[in-house]
Amino acid sequence: MSVFDLRIREIHQQLRNKQLSVSELVDASLQRIKEVDGQLNAFITLDEEGALDRARQLDNLAGEDETGLLFGLPMGIKDNMSTKGVKTTCASKILANFVPVYNATVVDKLNEAQAVMVGKLNMDEFAMGSSNENSAFAPVRNPWNTDYVPGGSSGGSAASVAAGEVYFALGSDTGGSIRQPAAFCGVVGLKPTYGLVSRFGLVAFASSLDQIGPVTKNVEDAAYVLQVIAGYDKHDSTSAKVDVPDYVSALTDDVSGLKIAVPKEYMGEGIDPEVREKVLEALNVLESLGATWEEVSLPHSDYVIPAYYIIASSEASSNLARYDGVRYGVRADQAENLLDMYKETRSQGFGAEVKRRIMLGTYSLSSGYYDAYYKKAQQVRTLIKQDFEQLFETYDVIVGPTTPTTAWKIGEKVDDPLTMYVEDILTCPVNLAGVPAISVPCGFDSKGLPVGLQIIGKAFAESTILRVAHAYEQHTEHHQARPQL
Amino acid sequence: MSTISKQEVEHVARLARLNLTEEEKEQFTKQLDSILNFAQKLNELDTDNVEPTSHVLPLVNVMRDDVPHESLPVEEALKNTAEHQDGQVKVPSVLEE
Repeated sequence: MSVFDLRIREIHQQLRNKQLSVSELVDASLQRIKEVDGQLNAFITLDEEGALDRARQLDNLAGEDETGLLFGLPMGIKDNMSTKGVKTTCASKILANFVPVYNATVVDKLNEAQAVMVGKLNMDEFAMGSSNENSAFAPVRNPWNTDYVPGGSSGGSAASVAAGEVYFALGSDTGGSIRQPAAFCGVVGLKPTYGLVSRFGLVAFASSLDQIGPVTKNVEDAAYVLQVIAGYDKHDSTSAKVDVPDYVSALTDDVSGLKIAVPKEYMGEGIDPEVREKVLEALNVLESLGATWEEVSLPHSDYVIPAYYIIASSEASSNLARYDGVRYGVRADQAENLLDMYKETRSQGFGAEVKRRIMLGTYSLSSGYYDAYYKKAQQVRTLIKQDFEQLFETYDVIVGPTTPTTAWKIGEKVDDPLTMYVEDILTCPVNLAGVPAISVPCGFDSKGLPVGLQIIGKAFAESTILRVAHAYEQHTEHHQARPQL
Repeated sequence: MSTISKQEVEHVARLARLNLTEEEKEQFTKQLDSILNFAQKLNELDTDNVEPTSHVLPLVNVMRDDVPHESLPVEEALKNTAEHQDGQVKVPSVLEE
């Protein structure tokens, strides 16, 4: 068994017993990255020196000072979170040379918890994509089969954890960007309630939907990481003023009496039969543990994708308006005047998917179309949110697949954006409603690719979804499988 | 009938400060047309009396105390700019001669 198979709790045991030092852990992580990342492209930037320095500092803290919840753990951060002194590119040419002068709040919190960042993880450019083929640098590959996509946009985060390059990673989820790659790569991915985790220092994609969350090998580790990053932040005006419960002690393994809703829209046409079968098996496991489940309906499911893409693209076009080459980022040279510089910088700097969404968003927000598209989508969002609220009056959690299919081959869907957008049908509603959801591995299809089980909870009920996911995990072995690289 | 014309794509590109190549214009006209057609589905729903949700949390007027604090030093703020001079960002001329 490799040191990368250990849980956070077990590593801490070894660190305390002096069987391991932080430097050894960080070394092992860097070695593993050198060994396998050529096949995966999970990392954009490695901060080898910074990580080794930090490891030595932590090794010097003897015994009692090892208080941080994530003491000594090598981690990776998605490259859309600000890291002081370490390049933050958003996998875009336009930010290829950008070195932030401050840390995102989540990065500060992880540093305080004594985790060690080894580098920045690859992603779809500005977090736009479902396959990680939109990175300006290199597509990330799925560790289970490198001909396949790892999912997007946090593909680097999911691949790095699945391949044992780091113990955990942070991703960001706007329409499923943590959960979908977690499902494709056979790891755990949690999208917290909107507002639970500060977005300060996260490069904004769609501000009303974005949320940072952990990608880990198991549910218990996800609870540890969430514990550290959750909580109010005065730097984020959309941060929620709520108490952060003890997520780790919420993992009681008890789901007796739990009421599960299974939307028929999540299990019907368009869902791969192999995926459906694995989800039904998982429901049987939960049932055997004392939970009950019923088929229900989320009647506005068909409207999720159009509403999502109008809202997300509108907010993206507005957020990305700040990229003009003036104060930071790559500036196009040889511009004759200021307007020309803006246009050239943006045209050369953004990739095709980003331009497509800027165009869609600008159109939806433009005079004459605002009511027909943006406002309409926001009204439909209300109906989708109400669907969820109604179900949560009766049920504790909603369970279904994370994605309609398992991973697809690299290149298979690049020419048809709409087909790719539809893949997000099971993850996007959660972001529109603002509620939390977790994806956990629930088996493999006949090609040997992982299937994800999604557990959705009501707002700020992270403890509940973690408890259900953990109980399920305790009675299955899917999360222990590792890809051969 | 198509939802968006090439002329509209050119107009939107101007609003979005993007220079598109002929090829991009053709491609975006086609792709945006299919995405916007798909979005027409939303019109199946009667939303006349539905309030739009712009935000899931019931937040209003988040204020902070008006206390002065240290800001980013000028050198730090200019670190990522392509060109600067005398503590200021330098850009091509705004006004034509």
